[in-house]
Amino acid sequence: MVEIVFISTLNGVLYGMLLFLMASGLTVIFSMMGVLNFAHASFYMLGAFFGFAISRHVGFWPGLVIAPLLVGGIGMAVERYGLRRVHRHGHVAELLFTFGLTFVIQQLVEMAWGKLPVDYRVPPSLDFPAFTVFSTNYPTFKIFELLISVAIFAALLLAVKRTRIGLIVQAALSHPDMVGMLGHNVDGVFMLVFGVGAGLAAIAGVIAGPALVTQSNMAELLGPILFVVVVVGGLGSLSGAFAASLLIGLVQTFAVASNASLASAFGSLVSQRAQAYLGDIWNVTVAQIAPILPYLLLVLILIFRPRGLIGARDS
Amino acid sequence: MSAAGALELASGRRGRPLATYGAWLAAAVALGLLPRLFSSGFALTTMSLMGVMIVFTLSYNMLLGQTGLLSFGHAVFFGLGGFFTVHMMNVVEGDGAPLPLFLFPLVGAAAGLVFGVIFGAVSTRRAGTAFAMITLGIAELVSSSALILRRFFGGEAGVTTDRTGLVHLFGVTFGPQIQVYYLIASWCFVSAAAMYALTRTPFGRICNAVRDNPERARFIGYNTQTVRFIAFSLAGLFAGVAGGLAAINFEIMNSAQLGAAQSGAVILMAYIGGVGGFVGPIIGAILVTYLQATLSDLTDVWQLYFGLLFIGMVMFAPEGVAGLLARQQPLLQARQLHRVVPFYLLALLPGLAAAAGLSMMIEMTNQLTGHAPDGPAMVFLYAPFNANAVLPWLIAVVLFLAGTWLFLRAARLASAAYDEALATARMRKSAL
Repeated sequence: MVEIVFISTLNGVLYGMLLFLMASGLTVIFSMMGVLNFAHASFYMLGAFFGFAISRHVGFWPGLVIAPLLVGGIGMAVERYGLRRVHRHGHVAELLFTFGLTFVIQQLVEMAWGKLPVDYRVPPSLDFPAFTVFSTNYPTFKIFELLISVAIFAALLLAVKRTRIGLIVQAALSHPDMVGMLGHNVDGVFMLVFGVGAGLAAIAGVIAGPALVTQSNMAELLGPILFVVVVVGGLGSLSGAFAASLLIGLVQTFAVASNASLASAFGSLVSQRAQAYLGDIWNVTVAQIAPILPYLLLVLILIFRPRGLIGARDS
Repeated sequence: MSAAGALELASGRRGRPLATYGAWLAAAVALGLLPRLFSSGFALTTMSLMGVMIVFTLSYNMLLGQTGLLSFGHAVFFGLGGFFTVHMMNVVEGDGAPLPLFLFPLVGAAAGLVFGVIFGAVSTRRAGTAFAMITLGIAELVSSSALILRRFFGGEAGVTTDRTGLVHLFGVTFGPQIQVYYLIASWCFVSAAAMYALTRTPFGRICNAVRDNPERARFIGYNTQTVRFIAFSLAGLFAGVAGGLAAINFEIMNSAQLGAAQSGAVILMAYIGGVGGFVGPIIGAILVTYLQATLSDLTDVWQLYFGLLFIGMVMFAPEGVAGLLARQQPLLQARQLHRVVPFYLLALLPGLAAAAGLSMMIEMTNQLTGHAPDGPAMVFLYAPFNANAVLPWLIAVVLFLAGTWLFLRAARLASAAYDEALATARMRKSAL
C-alpha cells in the first residue's frame, strides 16, 4: 500500500508537472490574447515527433534543444500570419482557426509518420533505474523529466517576475490595451509569448514522448485534458493552472492504480438481481474510469465553483 | 433549393410572403424530384446522408449562428439520439408494438432534448470561450463513458438494428434505399421548416440579441443564461432527430458517432457553408458530404484537404459560401453582376493553379511517406511521374507560388471592381 502511494505520488507529480508545462503556455496566451489555442496540444505532438526524428539522426540531446526551437518558430509564424489575420473576425473565428490547425497538423503528422506509434526510445545515457523502492525500479528518465519540468517552471517564474519583458507580459495579462498605449510593442510580445508557449509544449512533447506513446492521436488525447486544467484552475490564472495540473495528475495516477469498483465495495450488500440490473456501472473499476475523471472534475467545479480553483474572472 | 430562393432566404427580407413560401415550395418539389434525376445507388445513399447532415448542421447553427455559442460537442446529442432510436427500434420489434418507422426520429428528438436539458444546465452557465471548453469536456465525458458502458453503447462494434422489422403501413417496408430517402427527405423538410420558423419567433430574435450584445439583452430584461439554455436544449432536440435519421439510414450506431470527429465535422459543415444566414449550413452540409463521398475515393489524405479548406475559409471568407453568394445579390438586382464576373474568372484561374500546385506537393509527399513501399511512381491529374524527381517538385512549387501571387493580385482587382459595382448599384437604388 505504501509502495503504491509513494510511486503513484511520484508519477502523479511528474504527470502534473508535464501538464503544467503545457497549461502554463495555454493560460498565458489565453489571458493575454483572449485566444484559447486549440492547437496547443498539437505543438506538444509536433515536439514529440520532431524530437523523435532528430534523435534518430543526431541523438536525443540535440533534439531536446532543436525541436522546441523549431516548434516555437512554427508557433510564431502561426501567430504572425494566421491568428493576427483572423483576429479582426472575432474570438470565435480565432478559436475555429486553431481548431482547423489541429486538424491539419494531425493529418500532416499522419502523412509523415503514419498512424502507428513510432519507436521513440529513452536515450541510453538515462536508461537505467534511479533507485529501488519496495522492489520497484524507478527509471532515471522519469526523474529527469521531473527535473526538467521543475527547472523550466523555476525559470519561467523568474522570467515573469524579474525581467522587464516578464513585467510587460504580466501587465498585458490584465490590461493589454493600456500596455499598448504605453508604447510597448504588444504585437511583438504576443508573437513572442505564442512562440514560447508553443516551445514549452514542444519540450513537454520531447521529454514525454519516450515515456508515453508517440503516436498521431496523442494531441487528440491530451488536448481536452489541457482545457480541463485551464478551466478547473480558473481561466487566465497561472497559479490556478499549477494547482489544477498537479490535482489532475495525482487524481489520474491514483485512479489508474486503484482496483476498486462498486461491486468490490458493496458487493455483499446488494442482491444478485440488482447487480445484474446495474450491469456495467456496477463492475467498472476506478482504473477504468480514470480517463473520465478529469471531465467529471470539470463538471463538478462548474457546478460548485464556476470561476475555477483560483480564477479571478468570470468569463 | 433554387439559387434565387436561397438568396431570398439568406437576406431574410420580410413582407414578401410569396418569395419566402415559394422558396419552401421549390425546396419541397426539389426534394421530391431529386431521386428521378439522380437515381443511382450512390446518389441515393449520398442524398440520404445529405438530408441527415442538413438537419444536424441546421441544429448546430441554432447555437453557433443564431445564438453565438460555439459548441465542440454537438455530436453528443446526435449520437445519443441515434442510440436511443436504435434501442427503441429493437425493443418495439421484440414486442411487436404497432409503431411505424417514420415516427422513430421522435425518439431521437426526445433523447436529444432530455440530454440537451441536462448538459445545457451545466454548460450554458457560461458563454464564449468557457462555454466552448465546457462542451468539449462534456463531449469527452460522454464519449469516454460510451466505451465503458458497453451494454448500452455496444463497445467498439456498436448496436445494430433492422429497420424493416417494424410494422408496415401501406406496404412500405423501408427496405429499399429510395423509401428511406423519402423518409429522411420529409423529416429534413419538416425539421428545417420548424427551425426556420423558430428563427422568426420573438425567441429567435432574442437569441440573435444575446449573440450580438448580451449586455444589452440583459438590460432590457432578458436572462441571457435562460435564453442560451433554451436554445441549447432545442438544438439538442433537432440534433437528436438527425441522429435518429442516421440510425434508420445506417441501421447501426457506434460510439464514433458521438465523438470528437463527428462534432468537428458539423463545425466544418456549418462554417464552410456560412453561419450568418439560414441557408448557409444547408449549403455546407450538401457540399461537405458530397466532397467527402467523392474525395475519399480520389486520395487517402482527403481530411487534410478539408482542414486546409476550413482554415482558408476562416481566414479569407469567414461569412462562408452562403455569405459570398449573398454579397452578389445587390449586384444581381441592379444588373451590375456582369461587371464583376470577368474579374472573378480572372481570379479563378491562378487560384486553381495554386490549388493544383499545393495538392501536387501534398500528393507527392504522401507518395514518398505514406506509400513508401509502392515506390515513387505516381499519377497526378492523368500525368505519370516520379515523386522523388526534381522537375515535378519544381513545377508544383512554381504553380503554387506564382498561382498564389497572381491570385492575390486578381483578388485585389476583383474586390475593387466589386466595390465599384456595389456603389453603382446603391446609387441606382437610391435614384429609384
